[in-house]
Amino acid sequence: MTDLVTPLGDEVLALRAGDTVTLSGTIYTARDEAHLRMMEEGIPFDPAGAAVYHCGPVVQGDRLVVAGPTTSARMNTLTGFLIDAGVRALIGKGGMGPEVVEQLRGRAVYLALTGGCAALAAARMSLKGVYFEDLGMAEAVWVIEADRLPLTVGIDAHGGDLFEVVRGKAKTQFHQQFNSKQDTVS
Amino acid sequence: MMVNPADSTLPGALADATERALREAEIRLPQDVLAALTRAASAERNEIARQEFANILENIALAEERQVPICQDTGVPVIYLTLPPDVPFSPALFEGVREGVRRATATIPLRPNVVDPLTRENTGDNTGPGMPAIHIMPGDRLTVTVLPKGAGSENVSRIGMLLPSQAGEIKRFVAETILIAGGRPCPPVILGVGIGGTFDMAAALAKEALLLPVDTMDDYEQELCDAANALGIGPMGLGGDTTALSVKVKRAGCHTASLPVAVNVQCWACRRATVEVER
Repeated sequence: MTDLVTPLGDEVLALRAGDTVTLSGTIYTARDEAHLRMMEEGIPFDPAGAAVYHCGPVVQGDRLVVAGPTTSARMNTLTGFLIDAGVRALIGKGGMGPEVVEQLRGRAVYLALTGGCAALAAARMSLKGVYFEDLGMAEAVWVIEADRLPLTVGIDAHGGDLFEVVRGKAKTQFHQQFNSKQDTVS
Repeated sequence: MMVNPADSTLPGALADATERALREAEIRLPQDVLAALTRAASAERNEIARQEFANILENIALAEERQVPICQDTGVPVIYLTLPPDVPFSPALFEGVREGVRRATATIPLRPNVVDPLTRENTGDNTGPGMPAIHIMPGDRLTVTVLPKGAGSENVSRIGMLLPSQAGEIKRFVAETILIAGGRPCPPVILGVGIGGTFDMAAALAKEALLLPVDTMDDYEQELCDAANALGIGPMGLGGDTTALSVKVKRAGCHTASLPVAVNVQCWACRRATVEVER
């Protein structure tokens, strides 16, 4: 088990898909709208070594009520500029597309947090600040201090993608099960 | 004309019941869902999947301990009312439920998720035109059932207008839905399957199927569930024995030339609660 602390550096390059890690330190939430805003207006935090968390939390005043991961694949086409700017880790659920796997190569990793585990995540987090609050609670960029978040390396910096391995096996099994050709699934 | 004295207090009582039902549903999973999760967790052989289950079970305990929602996607409220013969079908019912949703959003609190579909402007209180969805059925008692529905699983739900000769293809359609969904709907999932009716009715049946107890399945449901689990997608798409915790099927008659099939995907946090309205 590797214990990661932000800001992250080359230590993320040693990780392999399927490894379990913990992550502590400052992380920044961002969903669809925040990505679009950042592409337009710039990244409001220092992206060097940063970890971006795909999450739209429930916040009440200055209290982070619950804060589990959202579906990362929605950000597939919105992620490249963050990696180019020096972001070293994406945290989310469900994995990301092949374009992101390539963008991460040699630079950063994708860390999976168990979907729906919003109370567990919030129990290991405290709220530090916010950018783009006008986007609303779910879409704003929240600054969070994390304490040993339990994560699985979903995509490593060498093209290793646990989600894709699982998907490939599932596809093969599906066609065996239903005696169909490989190209019949949309 | 006779005036029912209960009419003036009904919206308030319904709002209270709706708020209570949402609080219960958002914070604590129903026993049948817990039973299905616990059983799957102990049967799981994949090491990463076992850790995912451990996180899920710890999260459920923490939500209860901290009295906070299980998931930050507190969903959009889907509401089912049963109406006894002495309660008139009136706009007061809708206003009571909407008020309950507004209160629950502020007090639990819930994430405001309801937006305009095109401008994406958020209403701030989880109500909007046609939202919450309120379904009314006759019953013995006045009850409100809430089924808060998150987007991750809703977004991978599917409907297919199969040919009448394709009853055998339903299993393939269900498994294909799971294959396409992968890790996105937060597996292990529960599948509500609506078979028959019309295009819209199949989808409504699929959602209603999610209200059925998930800790038992009939032979057909088990067969669909086994087909989904054979894919090995596992909790969160990271691989494992358990992709579907349960499959529940509801059927309706349909046109002799049709076979509508809808699959409503539900994440492991199958949140629902029923409260009787005090009146």
